[in-house]
Amino acid sequence: MPRWGMVIDLAKCTACQACVVACQTENNVPCVPPEQAARGRIISWISVLPQLEGEYPRLTMRPTPLPCVHCDNPPCIRVCPVGATGINPEGVVRQIFARCIGCRYCTNACPYTRRMFNWYRPEFPGEFTEALNPDVSVRPKGVVEKCTLCHHRLQKARDQARAQNRELAEGDYIPACVEICPAGAMYFGDLDDPNSTVATLARGRRAFRLLEELGTKPKVIYLAQGEWSGGDGQGART
Amino acid sequence: METDKERAPNTQDWKLLHPVLATRRSFYYLGMCFLAFTVVAFFAWLRQLRFGLGVTGLNVPVYWGFYITNFVFFIGISHAGTLISAILRLCHAEWRRSITRAAEVITVLVLFFGVGSVIMDLGRPDRLLNVLRSPNFRSPLLWDVCSISVYLTASTIYLYLPLIPDIAILRDHGARPTFLYRWLGLGWRATVKQKRFLNAAIAVMAVLVIPIAISVHTVVSWVFAMTVQPMWHSSIFGPYFVVGAIFSGIASLIVVMALIRRIYFLQDYLKPIHFNNLGLLLLVMALLWFYFTFAEYLTTFYGSDPSHLVVFYSKLSGRYAVPFWIMFVTCFVIPVSLLARRKTRTITGTVIASVSVNIGMWLERFTIVVPTLSQPRLPWAKGHYSPTWVEVGITVGFGATFMFLYMLFTKFFPIVSIWEVQEGREQAVPEVVTRVRSYLPEETVPSA
Repeated sequence: MPRWGMVIDLAKCTACQACVVACQTENNVPCVPPEQAARGRIISWISVLPQLEGEYPRLTMRPTPLPCVHCDNPPCIRVCPVGATGINPEGVVRQIFARCIGCRYCTNACPYTRRMFNWYRPEFPGEFTEALNPDVSVRPKGVVEKCTLCHHRLQKARDQARAQNRELAEGDYIPACVEICPAGAMYFGDLDDPNSTVATLARGRRAFRLLEELGTKPKVIYLAQGEWSGGDGQGART
Repeated sequence: METDKERAPNTQDWKLLHPVLATRRSFYYLGMCFLAFTVVAFFAWLRQLRFGLGVTGLNVPVYWGFYITNFVFFIGISHAGTLISAILRLCHAEWRRSITRAAEVITVLVLFFGVGSVIMDLGRPDRLLNVLRSPNFRSPLLWDVCSISVYLTASTIYLYLPLIPDIAILRDHGARPTFLYRWLGLGWRATVKQKRFLNAAIAVMAVLVIPIAISVHTVVSWVFAMTVQPMWHSSIFGPYFVVGAIFSGIASLIVVMALIRRIYFLQDYLKPIHFNNLGLLLLVMALLWFYFTFAEYLTTFYGSDPSHLVVFYSKLSGRYAVPFWIMFVTCFVIPVSLLARRKTRTITGTVIASVSVNIGMWLERFTIVVPTLSQPRLPWAKGHYSPTWVEVGITVGFGATFMFLYMLFTKFFPIVSIWEVQEGREQAVPEVVTRVRSYLPEETVPSA
């Protein structure tokens, strides 16, 4: 059984935000109006976050795309009182929208803050309503949602492979963000297959995971540009 | 005829029935006043139901705010009753007799507002029953569901049992509605057998209720402590929360006692000595609270894990410094300076200290919930929180509705236990004498 994972090469990312837009349209992520966005209500399953390094004038900004990191040991699924979130055998952390009671315990337990809450009924500007992806359900207000690694694409790819009477091959199933990345900074595949691109890259010397010390075992792996200095909270004091 | 005489309250204790039998006009005015806040809270809730939690000040990453603060606060206050009254009963503290009921009512009523606060916080309150339909027993929130429902059941029984003889007194007085007292009185006739049974039941419940109460606030603390978030993930949280709960519970009890003493002219029953004794308990809890707070913050500071320190400094000198230091003054400086001296441990003194402690303990819960959430480990998702009128309205409305229900209780049942006071007068005084004698060496009476 595959264990799906993603590798993001920070040296290649240009912060073009294409992954964010692709995810938004692929997964029917609601458009949050600007005044709500200013109040911190943005819903986005993947965000390109700026990591500032060095000090002025030798300051560099390193963009870091951050989807749900799909931990092998996710702190979010334990705390859900109704079991509305869980990890499937292929390592995808999923959310059952129809069961979620909206207590937001999982959003608080997630050390990566990658779970989003529907503060209002989702809204889509006129033309978007017609462009909704029929493969993904629109979430009602009051529930938590998150990156599913475009699970509907996996189902489609499986069906297709079965129809053609073959095994699922590498590249058959990739999430929208990885597919769109014009810089080719994102890789996706089976981490348990030692010959896959992601497994090879994940073994490399540049590979690291966010907040590894928490023991969450994320399956989104970054390739460092230089030495990684982010995520220790130090930057927050300013 | 003989039993009738025994059952009728001493003319001396007639006063205790008075609030139930007659109602002054001011009661209605005050009740309306509280209900007005209830209406505001109701409209705020309707608005939230209609539009979603977006009408609150919550955001990413501060997903929890006033509601969860209120939840912890109200559940904390619920420790006033059951725990204090059970401990005092088991210790044979004779001064408890006129205060236990007032305490037990706080517990039962305030629990509804604790649970209510969580329901307010849910994005989908319509799916509330999913916690029964598909429970996940690994979730500390589900542990909460279990322990709080056990607690509510146990403390309701614990309130009801000592109420039975008083209900019977009201029934025999023909208090209306008669069916209520006849039904709730369970045919109590104060026979020896009934009394023995009742006392045994109360004793069993008093023992049972203590571990239940402790488990409740421990589990509430675990909702936070079981996560890995900075300054939540702490093993001290269980006992720390229990201490804080008893602390705010005693404080609420003192405030309530002062009010009913004033309003129902119960100066003979709620005497300065009661306030003095509770004030001493409050003093002990204030010192314990300081000890726990100090231990918690020193450990964090000394360990100096960067992600913890960010939260630590936001409380001590950053954005949350104002609530933090007000909390410190109101939970420690004011109560200790008032309660440590006999001169200021008066009724007024203890009431000022108690109001201050309640403000402080609410702020304590706030400074536990919000600063951690507003500064997660990864530096990107920082956020700040300020409530909207919806949250403030619901919070104030909950407080007012609690007070309204409390008032209503005093109109249906005597708020000072009549039979227990009588029992104290008739039986406990000689009992105490025998008890104290038993501590001393046998008296050798010179045979004259």
